[in-house]
Amino acid sequence: MRIECPICGNRDRREFYYLGAADYLDRPALGDQDAMHKYLHLRENPAGVTRDLWHHEAGCSAWVVVERNVSTHEVLSTALASDVKRAGA
Amino acid sequence: MIELSAKTPCAGLLPLETGGMSLRELEAVPITSIMPLNGKHGAVSTALEKAVGAALPDIGRSLAGKSTEVLWTGQNQFFLIGATAPDLPAGVTDQSDAWTRVALDGGRGAQVLARLCPVDCGALEVGDVIRSQIGHMSAIIICREAGFELMVFRAFASTLVHELELVMNSIAAQDEIRD
Repeated sequence: MRIECPICGNRDRREFYYLGAADYLDRPALGDQDAMHKYLHLRENPAGVTRDLWHHEAGCSAWVVVERNVSTHEVLSTALASDVKRAGA
Repeated sequence: MIELSAKTPCAGLLPLETGGMSLRELEAVPITSIMPLNGKHGAVSTALEKAVGAALPDIGRSLAGKSTEVLWTGQNQFFLIGATAPDLPAGVTDQSDAWTRVALDGGRGAQVLARLCPVDCGALEVGDVIRSQIGHMSAIIICREAGFELMVFRAFASTLVHELELVMNSIAAQDEIRD
């Protein structure tokens, strides 16, 4: 699998570390127990398009949101997590 | 009183030469990591150019100054090589003793790195800098006129030399088989 790093360009999968769903970017407010439980433990598990956080660990150290299809292994789009976070704020 | 003697990371390991390829250690110089504060990229670049003669390079590039060089080394991160940093609006850390620096010369560097690094180093141009891996080590690879300059963490010096020596010997041996 190859992942397009928004900074370094097209790179091999072995340079990246996988964290989990991009939901981790949307931390709920402190005190909201139900939302925090969902944020930490409840995930969709589709046989299709997912949005995940990958760290370009052996590269430029950027956190990247990767949209990919887990059925076809196709990488659909990538973006810097910092940009995604800023756009959502 | 105990007398301590300074040792370079590759002391006793280099230089090496085989099959027209050479691997040697580069002299120990000051290395400083520079991470500009939010919105201060331009200010850091200007101050650095005034102080050492090289501004902040573009992504994946290096810029040479007066006997110094500034490398792009990651997201919002640069290394100043060969001089200490002036006062800058940036996160600045001394990394001088943290890195092993070697030069892989002889025009066959891309052939060697093809077996160790997931990036096609043959496609790099002189002055290009990439962050990638050599074997399992996180590395900085700089494309030079004479070959490649490789940087890994200091503790990996002997692993780096071991990995490169194995590949260099293998390539040299294959030359002989062809003849």
